[in-house]
This record gives sequence, C-alpha cells and structure tokens, in this order.
Amino acid sequence: MQSPFNEIDPGARDSNSLIAEFREATKRYGDVLAADALSFGIRRGEFLSFLGPSGCGKTTALRMLAGFEVPTSGIVLLDGQRVNEVPAYRRPVNMVFQHYALFPHLSVAENIAYGLLQRRPRPDRADVARKVDRALEMVRLPGFGPRRIWEMSGGQQQRVALARAIVNEPKLLLLDEPLAALDRKLRREMQIELQTLQRQLGITFVLVTHDQEEALSMSDRICIMRGGKIVQSGSPNALYDEPISRYVADFVGKSNFIEGVFSHGPDGTGRILTPSGQLFEGRVSQPLAPNAKASLSIRPEQIELTHVSRGGAEQVTVINRIFLGEHTEYLVRHAALGDLLVLVARQAEASEGGFAPGDTAFIGWAKSTALILVQD
Amino acid sequence: MQRRLSTWLLLAPAGLWFAVMLVLPLCFVLVFSFGQREAAGGYVPAFTFEQYANLPARWTAFRNTLTLAPLGTILSLLIAYPLAYFLAMRADPKWRTMLLILVIVPFWTSILIRSYAWIFILGGQGLPALVDWLGFGSIRLINTPFAVLTGIVYGYLPLMVLPVYVSLERLDKRLLEASADLGAPPLQSFLQITLPLSLPGVATGCMLVFILLMGEFLIPAMLGGGKVFFIGNALVDLFLQSRNWAFGAAVAVTLVAIMLVTVTLYMSLMRRLGGAREDVSLM
Ligand SMILES: Nc1ncnc2c1ncn2[C@@H]1O[C@H](COP(=O)(O)OP(=O)(O)OP(=O)(O)O)[C@@H](O)[C@H]1O
Ligand SMILES: [Mg+2]
Repeated sequence: MQSPFNEIDPGARDSNSLIAEFREATKRYGDVLAADALSFGIRRGEFLSFLGPSGCGKTTALRMLAGFEVPTSGIVLLDGQRVNEVPAYRRPVNMVFQHYALFPHLSVAENIAYGLLQRRPRPDRADVARKVDRALEMVRLPGFGPRRIWEMSGGQQQRVALARAIVNEPKLLLLDEPLAALDRKLRREMQIELQTLQRQLGITFVLVTHDQEEALSMSDRICIMRGGKIVQSGSPNALYDEPISRYVADFVGKSNFIEGVFSHGPDGTGRILTPSGQLFEGRVSQPLAPNAKASLSIRPEQIELTHVSRGGAEQVTVINRIFLGEHTEYLVRHAALGDLLVLVARQAEASEGGFAPGDTAFIGWAKSTALILVQD
Repeated sequence: MQRRLSTWLLLAPAGLWFAVMLVLPLCFVLVFSFGQREAAGGYVPAFTFEQYANLPARWTAFRNTLTLAPLGTILSLLIAYPLAYFLAMRADPKWRTMLLILVIVPFWTSILIRSYAWIFILGGQGLPALVDWLGFGSIRLINTPFAVLTGIVYGYLPLMVLPVYVSLERLDKRLLEASADLGAPPLQSFLQITLPLSLPGVATGCMLVFILLMGEFLIPAMLGGGKVFFIGNALVDLFLQSRNWAFGAAVAVTLVAIMLVTVTLYMSLMRRLGGAREDVSLM
C-alpha cells in the first residue's frame, strides 16, 4: 500500500509547517509491533485524531510524542528536532491522560499550577495564581481551585485534567481518549468545549479515540490506524467520501458492502461480479487488479428506497424500521446480497410514503455513488 | 435492633480480651504505682507519690530508651525506604514476591538466636578482630549503644519495609508519568508526588517500630550487656529481681504515659502533613 502521507497533502512535507513528525517510527514490545514504521506529519495548529480499534497502536503513537516510549527504530521529531531520547519532562508537550491521573494529595488549583511551578526560574506566585484562575475559567470551573480532587465529579475531574495541561500553553496537546469515561451528554458538551478551546488557544491537538463519531465531528484531520500502521489520513469528508479500502469505509461511518470479483469497466469504472452472478458497476479510485476480491461500498443515505421498481432496482423485503428524527433507518433483506442498511431523509419518506416491516420494496443507487474498494 | 445486636456480638470477643488482658492489668499497675514496697519485696497498699518522686533513680534507662528508640526508628526508616522503593518501583515484578519473602525470612528464626549471632559478629572474635587484623587499631563494638542500634535496626527492618512497600506499591504509577509530562525531573517527581503519597506507609512503619522499641528489652539485654539498658530492662529488674513492685509499676505507668503523648503528637503531625485526606488512612 502506498504511504498515505504522500497523496493527501504535499504541503505536509514542508517541515516548517509541521509541529511533530514520525519518520519510520517503529515500536516493538516483544513480538508485538505496536507502531509499524509510522511516517507521518502533524501540522501546526490542527486538530488531529488517531482513530482505530483497540490495540491498534494509538496510545503507543501518542506516548512516543509525549516521551514515555522510545521508538525501537526510526525517528520522532518535534519542531524539526529529533527527540527520540529526550525525556518527557523536557518536551514542550502536555498530555491529558485517559484516567486523568490527577494528584490526589493536591487541591484542584495545586494540580493546575503543578506544571508552571516546575519551571526554572520559578515563576512569580501571583502570576501562577492568575494563570490558574484563567485556566479554571476556561474549563468553566471558576472558584473550584481550593477543592480537593475527590470532591469533584468525573466530568469536573476531566476538565481539571484539561486545565492542568493547557495552562502550560504547550506546543502540542495530546489527549488519550479523554472523554471515554463520560456519559453521552457530558461527552457531547466536552467535545464542543474542546473544539472551542482549540480554536481559542491555537494549540495543536492530537486526540486518540476509538469513537468514530467523536473523530468525525471534532477533527480537522483523522488518521485511521490498524495494526500499528496508518491506513489512511485525511479530512473527515475525504475519509467518508473517498475511503481507500473497505476497512476505512467500514470504520468511518456506516456502509453497505457487496462482495465479489473485480473487473475493469469503461472510463475508469469497474465492476463487481457477486457469487450469485450479479454484476454491479461502481467508481474505482484505487488501482485494482482484475479478478481481485473487492467490495462495492454504498453509503446507506445513497440508497433510494421505493415502493415500485424503477430501472435496475433490486427487490428487497423490509425487516426493520428505526425512526431517528430527521432520518429513518431501514434494514432491508435482499435474496442474494443479504441485509442492507438504508437511510431515508424525512422529506423523501414524506413523498414516497413510509415502509413497514414485511413490505416488499425496491432499492437503487446512482452508479457514481458506489465505490469499489480493495478487500483488506 | 438486629444490626446493633450483631455489632455487639462481633465486638464481644475482642472487647472482652482487651478488658481482661489490657485494661485490667493496667488498672492494677496504676494502683500498684501509688503503693509501697514491702521489706522482703512485694507490695503494700498505700497512697503515696514516693515512687514517682524516685523515678530519677532510673534516669539512665529512660534516657537510653528515649534516645535509642527514636534513633532506631529513624535509622530503620532511612534504610527501609530505599529498599521498599527498590522493591516496589524498580524490581522486576517476576522477582518481587521472592525478594519480599527474603525480607521476611529473618522472622523465621527467633530473635534470641539472631541476637546471639550478632553477639559473635560484634564481639571480640568478630568484626573488631577483623578491623584489628587490617591494622585499624582495636575497637569495641559489643555492649555499646552502637551494638544495640545495630540489633534494633536489624530486627525491626522488616516491620518498616512492609508498610512503606505497600504504600509505594499502591501508588498509581501514571501519576509519575503525569508529573514528568508536566515538566518535573525525576527527583522533583519523587519529592512532590512519591514521597507525600507514601507518607501513610512511613507513618505506619514508624509507629509500629517506635512503639515496639519503647518496650524492647531483649536486644539491649543481649547486645548492651547490662551497660546499655532500656526501660524494659529496668522493669525486668524491678519486678523479677529486686521485687520492687510499686516502683516498677510507677516506671511502667510513666512509660505508657510517654508513649501516649508521643503517639498523639505524632499522629496529629502526620494528619497535618497529609492534609485532611479521606482516601488515605494514617495507621
Ligand atoms: N507496555 C507494553 N508491553 C507490551 N505490550 C504492549 C505495551 N503497551 C502496548 N502494548 C501492545 O501494543 C499494542 C498497541 O497498544 P496501544 O496501547 O498503543 O493500543 P491502543 O490503540 O491505544 O488501544 P486501546 O484503544 O485499547 O487503548 C497492543 O497490542 C498492546 O497489547
Ligand atoms: Mg489506548
């Protein structure tokens, strides 16, 4: 597979625009390759997310940036400087830990002041107090300074952890699943707060998450990881519309996959021959060899669900209907293709009329919206 | 109601034990301490402060105990802390249990036998002979405060290591990463995070060792050779040899009083140091 680094943005190679960079960075734990020759740049001021399933190496990548892990081979650069062996306490980087790691013997204010007080020469007390107060205001906890850590709720502790990091005005802020322990509503609020803060402060944020919604809604750019490698990186839109493989399409948003054998079609299009003998056309964005196993990916919102067959439609049976407000999600069953997900906008449903489980219906999609992807 | 009954039942055995074995004898001792000595030894009921007035006669025992017990506690701590730190933070987890057992192994033989070993090591045929042979002149080790301190530190080290080890082991190692991440070099992380968070273990260890040392008599008897004696030795002497029960009781009561005061002071100091922490117990 070609390096995602090359194609997404040639500008990313200009090392001046990069706050941090991995060059063939590899981290091995015994037999496990936690980071497999990562080559990747992080741009100044961007909100970047590492997205991937558990154990794919997200935390490892972050810990190499923070200075807790030394790469087995390869280079980590911060601000153009090689920092492989630079210990964490000498890096202008701060991290928000997954479980906060707040100091239980210190008050909220003392926790936040901790980073400032490590500086030499020691900063002015009044100055520290002012910065702590401002940080508390920023995370919307004004007046909480004298509190003890155990007197704070989970969400409040999370914000203290955030304040403790941003008060140092790091060049790079690393966040390791900082919202994982929060309930859905608080999480949504914190996501918005994080985004606002990032814009206000102009600090580069690197967020680790395995929640694709979180990554999609917050990031300027997302790196999809798998087995210690970055499979693809790009803007949320680019990843959603132009995934380079079935793995990415599956991880970013929902998609329907029709599996089969690939063959070339006219004008850069391609065809998928399913085991049941049906032929489907679709776009091809990545080079594919004839007779390779491939999948046709169609997003649920791109499928049209109708009561009567229009040209080239497939007959299905409606299995389930979930009302989601603006959309209705249908699960439909096709005799040969299996179950498919269809998302119908409210307006479309209003004009076409609703469907009930058990109904016979027809599905169809524009050929240009179907994407043929390597099966990996 | 049910609940209260079960609470009583649960507490009854220990409560009874304490009442019979601790409170009752203490009361006897307290009463005795105001009594007088019979000519042939023993006790004559009386109410006099004579015995307390006579306490300075045993001043040396008090002085030895009140200097060597705190000194022994501090020395044990200074040796135990690095050892516990190594075991909890640095030692390979594979070997940790083994090493911990090694720390406790000396407990498998009686302190009496181990003290005999020290008598030989510190006695004329032991270390001093070696030092002399190496040409550093002759020194005397046995029957000195140094010998007693050596025995104390040796005997009580495990009691200090274990609580400190537990508090260091329980310390969330991610806090140290957070500290480093916030710019603290290793020594600063130790001083600002590890040390304060291990204070409860330090307090427990010091308390255990100090209280036991205040009552110690075996080690001074064996390694101090009647020259360096503790209050414990004075008590043995007064109760068993000179049979001056009333005076012995006064000495014992004074010892208990001193302990109560020091322990209370120490606890309040620790509480202040540890802040008003809820999550960490002091003992
Ligand atoms: N200290 C370690 N010793 C041995 N193996 C490790 C260590 N840290 C991580 N690994 C292994 O490296 C791989 C990547 O781990 P990493 O923590 O980076 O995953 P992750 O993507 O953050 O996963 P999660 O979403 O579950 O946090 C995993 O297979 C893990 O088992
Ligand atoms: Mg992780």
